[in-house]
Order: sequence, then structure tokens, then C-alpha cells
Amino acid sequence: MALIGDLAIQGTQMFLVLLLAPLLTGLVRSLKARVLRRRGPPVWQPYLDLRRLVRKEVVLADNASWLFRIAPYLIFSATWVAAALAPTFATGLLFSWSADLIAIIALLGSARFFLALAGMDVGTAFGGIGSSREMMIASLAEPAMIMIVFCLALLAGSTQLSDIAAYTLSSNVGLRVTLGLALVALTLVAIAENGRIPVDNPATHLELTMVHEAMVLEYSGRHLAVLELAGSLKLLLYVSLIACVFFPWGLAPAGSGMAAVAIGLASYAGKLAVAGVLLALFETSVAKLRVFRVPGFLGAALMLGLLGTLLLFVSRGGLR
Amino acid sequence: MTPAPIELALGGIGVLLVLSVLGALAARKSIATPLVYGACLLVSLALGAAALGRLLGYWTGAESTVLPLGLPWVGARFSLDPLAAVFLIVVNLGAALASLYAIGYGHHEAEPQRVLPFFPAFLAGMNLVVLASDAFSFLVAWEVMSVTSWALVMARHREVGNARAGYIYLLMASFGALCLLLAFGLLAGVGGGYAFEAIRAHPPTAGVAALALGLTILGAGSKAGLVPLHVWLPLAHPAAPSHISALMSGVMTKVAVYAFVRIAFDLLGPPAPWWSLVILALGGVTAVMGVLYALMETDLKRVLAYSTVENIGIVFIGLGLGLAFKAQHLELAAALAVTAALFHALNHSLFKSLLFFGAGAVQSATGERDLETMGGLIGRMPQTALAFLVGCTAISALPPLNGFVSEWLTFQAILLSPQLSLPALKFMAPAVGALLALAAALTAAGFVRVFGVAFLGRSRSPAATAAREVDRWSRGAMFIAAGLCLAAGVLPGFVIDALAPAVKNLVGGGMPVQATQPWLSIVPVAEVRSSYNGLLVMAFVVASASIVAFAIHRLGSRAIRRAPAWDGGFPEPSPATQYTAGSFAQPIRRVFATTVFSARDEVDMPAPGDMRPATFHSVIADPVWGALYAPIARAVNYAAERLNRLQFLTIRVYLSLVFLALVGLLLVLAIWL
Repeated sequence: MALIGDLAIQGTQMFLVLLLAPLLTGLVRSLKARVLRRRGPPVWQPYLDLRRLVRKEVVLADNASWLFRIAPYLIFSATWVAAALAPTFATGLLFSWSADLIAIIALLGSARFFLALAGMDVGTAFGGIGSSREMMIASLAEPAMIMIVFCLALLAGSTQLSDIAAYTLSSNVGLRVTLGLALVALTLVAIAENGRIPVDNPATHLELTMVHEAMVLEYSGRHLAVLELAGSLKLLLYVSLIACVFFPWGLAPAGSGMAAVAIGLASYAGKLAVAGVLLALFETSVAKLRVFRVPGFLGAALMLGLLGTLLLFVSRGGLR
Repeated sequence: MTPAPIELALGGIGVLLVLSVLGALAARKSIATPLVYGACLLVSLALGAAALGRLLGYWTGAESTVLPLGLPWVGARFSLDPLAAVFLIVVNLGAALASLYAIGYGHHEAEPQRVLPFFPAFLAGMNLVVLASDAFSFLVAWEVMSVTSWALVMARHREVGNARAGYIYLLMASFGALCLLLAFGLLAGVGGGYAFEAIRAHPPTAGVAALALGLTILGAGSKAGLVPLHVWLPLAHPAAPSHISALMSGVMTKVAVYAFVRIAFDLLGPPAPWWSLVILALGGVTAVMGVLYALMETDLKRVLAYSTVENIGIVFIGLGLGLAFKAQHLELAAALAVTAALFHALNHSLFKSLLFFGAGAVQSATGERDLETMGGLIGRMPQTALAFLVGCTAISALPPLNGFVSEWLTFQAILLSPQLSLPALKFMAPAVGALLALAAALTAAGFVRVFGVAFLGRSRSPAATAAREVDRWSRGAMFIAAGLCLAAGVLPGFVIDALAPAVKNLVGGGMPVQATQPWLSIVPVAEVRSSYNGLLVMAFVVASASIVAFAIHRLGSRAIRRAPAWDGGFPEPSPATQYTAGSFAQPIRRVFATTVFSARDEVDMPAPGDMRPATFHSVIADPVWGALYAPIARAVNYAAERLNRLQFLTIRVYLSLVFLALVGLLLVLAIWL
């Protein structure tokens, strides 16, 4: 019986992230438009876009290979699996032990690997520029992320997300400098990884500033739909990560009743909304960086993560 | 009576030596190539099976044997303990794959008589190093390995640069062997107890052990490719035929790792905590420098050789952590770190062999090694491309392949490092973790670059346009290697359990038994700390990708129309407008290499009206060569020129020199005694 309950929660979680991801993207878009005093698209516009794209035929470049055609599905499924393993409204997911935080990061790394390859497949200059810059950004974002994982794992004594969330909920956290540093670093990494302003502009089609958009320039129809959904899922995943690690309040513990699950769902929706508002405000209030200022931005995240880890090593108490 | 595994192993090595002679006699006959490689394949499989049987405990029998060769008071001792068995498997797995590949690839060899005699002898040398259990046999086998591999590097000695590569390799190999010789001399002491058992029975004092460790790092590190001793590796590995490159990069560097493990963990006695500071620093620097070098390089095989340097760094990070934990008797943590290192050594031998096979296939199909002349090979060589892609994914440490598992284990070991008490190590461990993560991320960038430029896009030369898929044997070897990469990635628990006896001998403890974990996950310490399940991750990814693809094709559209590339509305027909290997690396060059390699981009932009074409050069300087090797070379040249005068003296001066030397020696004797 407990197994069925766990399975239900895991399944709910998988489809919940899939359903909510376009909504979060739509929310950010429409809020940004409002802040800029435009009317903007409705919040559910991404769903309509996805439906439209899925129904269209795919226009494939003449020399596109098999890799170009399977890459969108691989990218999507790696992102989806990663998103499904991060606790959103409940901890103790049935399969959460099959991949810890490091493996979730590596799954996103696989998705990026194939996206960068797909960008180079047709052999256009745009695809190359996107792939090259994406890998440069990743080469700094990934170590920064690993350093953040070190901070969290050393504090909580585990790299499992559920256990880290349980640790932050417990009473022996207190105010920790390391956690603050990790939160700032993770926010910087999340902004870079999702291609938001100031690192990349999700709305741009100006060739010299494109990173993500340049890689998917040759995609159309259902392939583009799957990639867009994967992008939304990634944003949702990072928001869920920050929420579950730093603001785990309301998460339904493993094996809890319907009431706790309902509270979890409500608080998760609230967290997503807050994150969407903050992201929209942040994006409209800063300017995009030049590409070669991005290493400084991410270097700061890396250094903050390293500093947080070093603080843990030299501080006396609290390590497990 | 069935023979003991060690007897079978030595018999196999004997067969290899006979094959070597046979290869020398019959090399020019066309049947010789498949015959020699086929026999090598069978012998390697037999040796690998013997080692596996010994390691898993299915095959018992005498562990060691003494042959009446070598030093009269020592004999030639050979033993097949669990550590030797692990590396015997690594060696023979790589050897079997290379032999299989060479059955097809060997036909491209213009002068088989330069390869066939040395190939079996090279395999025999590597096997003997792993089996030797006295210093004398070890060094003889080490030299056999070095000399035969040098001969294989020189197989195409007329090609530009190969002679220099061979010369530098010979110098570095002699230097390394000298260091190991001195290290064993220190360990044996004045009594001359060269057998490993005798050394184990009388562990050296702290000072001698530290000195021997330093010499071992120099000796084994120069063969493995630790920065700054790596200079020969990117020259020599690519110069050889591709199956030899695979063996040298994938397997011979592991034999060097074996030498380090054998001496540092087994023969030196209990380690001191500060040792691992040196090893961790070397490992971290090697990992990052190796991958940065690889990113700056455009020769496909050199990229792979530099990436070997990086992976050796990762192995040494694991070994350094293992030594640190062992020094504090943290057996579980030490076992985790050493398992990670040995697992990564095995993984690297698999995917680096695979990648070199792919590079060889590309080279035999296009005649090119320069990435800038390739492109679009995925259309011409789809099967090679698929296998190569698996290798690229594995080496970039992406789940669910094997490279990820060993790097994940290394990260888990680093996360146990707060238990270390030496303050310097507390700072070193997270910094090394950051370097490891940086190296892993840069590797992914490097292999996106390699695969994207060589196999994707449009072809950049007529040779790439006319490329053909390679023969069945080569493809078979590549797919078997790719399959092993996947198997080790999704079922890592079995590998960890198989490594357990060797690890237990080295550090005195073991990781939890993995085969009994639910769902075949791996659990380094305890499930509440961390666990990973490659099989489940792969099943999830494959299942969700197929479901989504199926659903969309069913419910949405499945129509496809081919059209010219969109490219923002202005497609440019010339393939020269694609991103090249150099331009792909440009952002990374600008971010990292300006400091490390003092990289500069020089643009010569003619004034308006001037009809000269604008030119662009990217200049990078190798810091290691400039700071270390160039001054040594200058000093040797200077001394040689000065000493040159001694050749042109008169007989009287020579006689007086001899007399003075005699007096000097007598004086020394008089003072000494």
C-alpha cells in the first residue's frame, strides 16, 4: 500500500513538473511584459505555442544527420528525468535514490552535450557560435555547481536531495554563512544555466548575442516544441532545487497523508510564483553582459562556492 | 592437473614472445598480419580470463612462482595477487581490443615488418611488468615495454616529426627507468633484497620512503604523463599506428599507474599524511592542464593523447586521496578513493582505446589527422560515428556511461575529506574537487568540439567528402569497446565488487558489497549519504524519450520536409563559414589560456584601400616546455660544446688526464676507507 502511495507521488511529480513548466515560463514572460508596460501574451501562451509546434511538419536541413533528429528527445528526457528526481512538493520520492544531486547535474550536462552537438550538426556559423559559447559558459557553471553541491553535501552529510532538504528543515541549521554563499552562487548558476539576462537573452534573435537560440536555430516543428519544453523544464528544475534546498518549508515528508500533500502542493505553487516574479523583476532591471564578461559572473559563483566549502572545512562544528 | 593461473599467464607471455619472432620472420607475407594479430587476440583473451578467474576466486592455485633467471640470489619472481590481476585484466582487455581492431586496420600498414615483430613483444612486456614481483624482473620488463613501444612509435620514422617524437620519448623513458631503478635501489637497501616480499618485510625508514616516493612519482609519472613530465606523450602516442596509440594511451599509462600503486601503497609501508599533498597537487594540475592542452590542439590524435594526460590526473587525484585516508587509517574512505582511481583507470583504458580506434578509422578513411580538414563524417561513416559518440559521451563523464561513475566515486571520496586532520589537506581537498569539476566540464567542451568538427557539419575537404566506412574487424572492436563502456556504466556494482580484493590488500578495508544492494544501485558509504543507479537512470531516459517521441508522432505531426539550411535566412554555401576547431575553442582560449599559455590572437587588418587579405593568427606558448625543458636542453648543449674541446687534445694531455684521474680515485679511496 505504501509502495502504491509512493509510486503515485512519484508519478504525480513527474507529470506535475511537465504540466507546470510552460506555465512558469509563461508567467515570467507575461510579467516581464507588464513591467515593461506592454500588454504581453497570456500566461498560458507557451501551451498554445507547444500545441501549434507539435502539429506542424518538421523542416529539416538537407544535410541534417540522425543525431539532429534524436537529440531533441534525448535532451528532453534527460532534463525531464532530472526534474522528476528533484523534490517539488514532497520528499522521499520513490526513485530519488537512483540519482543524487551530482547525478542530476550530470544529467543536465548530458542534455547540454547533445544540444551543443545538435547545434553543430547542420554546419552553420550560428550553430557553431551557440555551441562554442554554451560550452564555455558550462565549463564555468558546472564547477560552480559542484562547489555548491560540496557546500550542501558537507553540511547535510549527504548528496541526496531529500536528505539535504530534511537537514535544512531540521533545527540544527541555524544561520550559516556557507548556506548564504551557496544560495547566492546557486542563483548565479541558475541564471546562467537557463540562459536568462544578463548571461543570455531568451527573447533575442540578434545574432551576436545569441547562445541558446543560436543552437536551436535550425529546429522547427515538433523538435522545436520538445526543446522549448525541455528549456521550461530546466527553469522549473532550478527553481525547485533552490526551493527544496533553501526554502523547504511545506514539503510533504515521506509517507504523509493527503493534507500534508495538499499543503506541499500549495506551497510549491506559491514558491514558483514568487520565483517567477523575482526572475521577471530581476531580468527587467539588469542589462545583458557582453559574452566575455560572463566568465567573471560565473567565476564569482565558483569562488563563492569554494569559499563556502573552505569555510566548512576550517569551521569547527557542524560537519557530519 | 590444471595449471595455476600464474603458470598459464607466463605460458601466454611465452607464446607472445614466440609470436614476436614469428612476426619478424614472416612479416612480409600477407597472411602474417591477420595471423599474428589473431593469435595475440586469443592469448590476450586467455590471459584476461585467467586474471578474472583469479580475481573473482573461481580459480585457485599457486599465486607466485620463481623462475631460475635474473639475479642469482633473487631469481625471476612472478606473482598474480589481486592487484596484479586487476591490471592484468586492464592490459589484456585493451590488448584484445587492439588486436581485433588491427586484424582489419593492419592491412593499411605499408611496412608491416616494422610493426608485427614488436606488437606481441610490447604486449608481453606490459604483462610481465604487472606480474613481476622482484625489482630486477620488474625493471627488465619495464624496459622491454619501453623499447618495444619506442620501436612501434618509430614504425613510420620517415614522417615529419616522428623522429623527434621518438627521440624525446627515448629520453623520457630512460629518465623514468633511471628514477625507478634508484627507487628500487633505495627500497632494497644495502642487503640487495630485491624481491618484493623482502622489501615488504623490511619497510624503509621515513626519509628513505619519502625519497623513494619522489623517485617513483618521477619514474612512473613520466610514463603515465603527469604534468610536467607529459611532454613526450602527445608527440609519441599519435606518431604510432592507431592500434598502438590506443595501447600506449589506454594501456601503457595504466601499467605506469600500476607501478605507482604497487610501490606507493604496497612496498613503501605506512604512508605519511603529507605525501598526498604532493600527489593531489600534481593530479589536479595534470587534470586541468591536460584538458586545456587538448582544447588548444587541432590534431585529432594529439587531442586524444592530451586527454589521456587529463585522465591520468583524475586517477592520481583518487590515489592521492586514498593515500591520505590510508595514512589516517580511515579504511572505508581509503577504499572508496582507491576504488574510484582503479575504476577510472579501467574506464579510461576502454574509452581511450575506443576513441583512438575511431581516430584510426577516420585517418584510414580520409588520410587526415587535422580536425580542420574533416566534417560531415557522420553521413559517410555512420557506424564509426556512433561508436565514437559513445566514447565521447563516456569520456565527458556523462551518465549513464562509465566515465561518470568513476568521477562520481571520486567526488564522493572528496566529500569524505573533512575527516582528514592535516590542515593543509583540508584546504587542498576542496580545491582539488574544484579542479576536477573544471576538468570534467572542459572535457565535455573538448569532446563536443572533436565530435562536432570531425563528424558533424559539412565536409571541409575532398578527402572527407570521399570517406568510406571502415572494415568489419575495426567496427567490431569499436562496438565491443562501446558496449563495455555502457556495461561498466550501468552495472558499476559488479566492477566495484571485482576490484574489492585488490583494494582490500592495498588499504586494509573495503566498500560495502554492491551486489547485494537493491535494484543494482551503487552505494559508496551508506544509502543515506549517496547512491546512484546507472541502470535505472538509463531506463528512465530511454523510456521517457521513446514515450514522448511515440506520443508526438501519434498525436501531433510526423511529417518531415527536407530543405536547405535556414541559417538566419542567409545560408552561405561555402563550408569554410562553419565553426572550426580553432574557433570553437576561441572563447575558452580567451578565458583560460591567456593566463596559462599566454595565448594571443594576432589580427593583421590591412588599411582601407589595401588589397592584401586580412590574416588572423592565434599564438600559444607551452609554459612547461619553455620553463623546464628548453633551459635543460640549452644547458646540455652548452656543456656539450664546452666538453667538445676534450676531443681535440694531444696525447700528452690525455695521458696527464688519465694520470690525474687515477690519483683522484686513489685519493677518494684513501679518504673513504
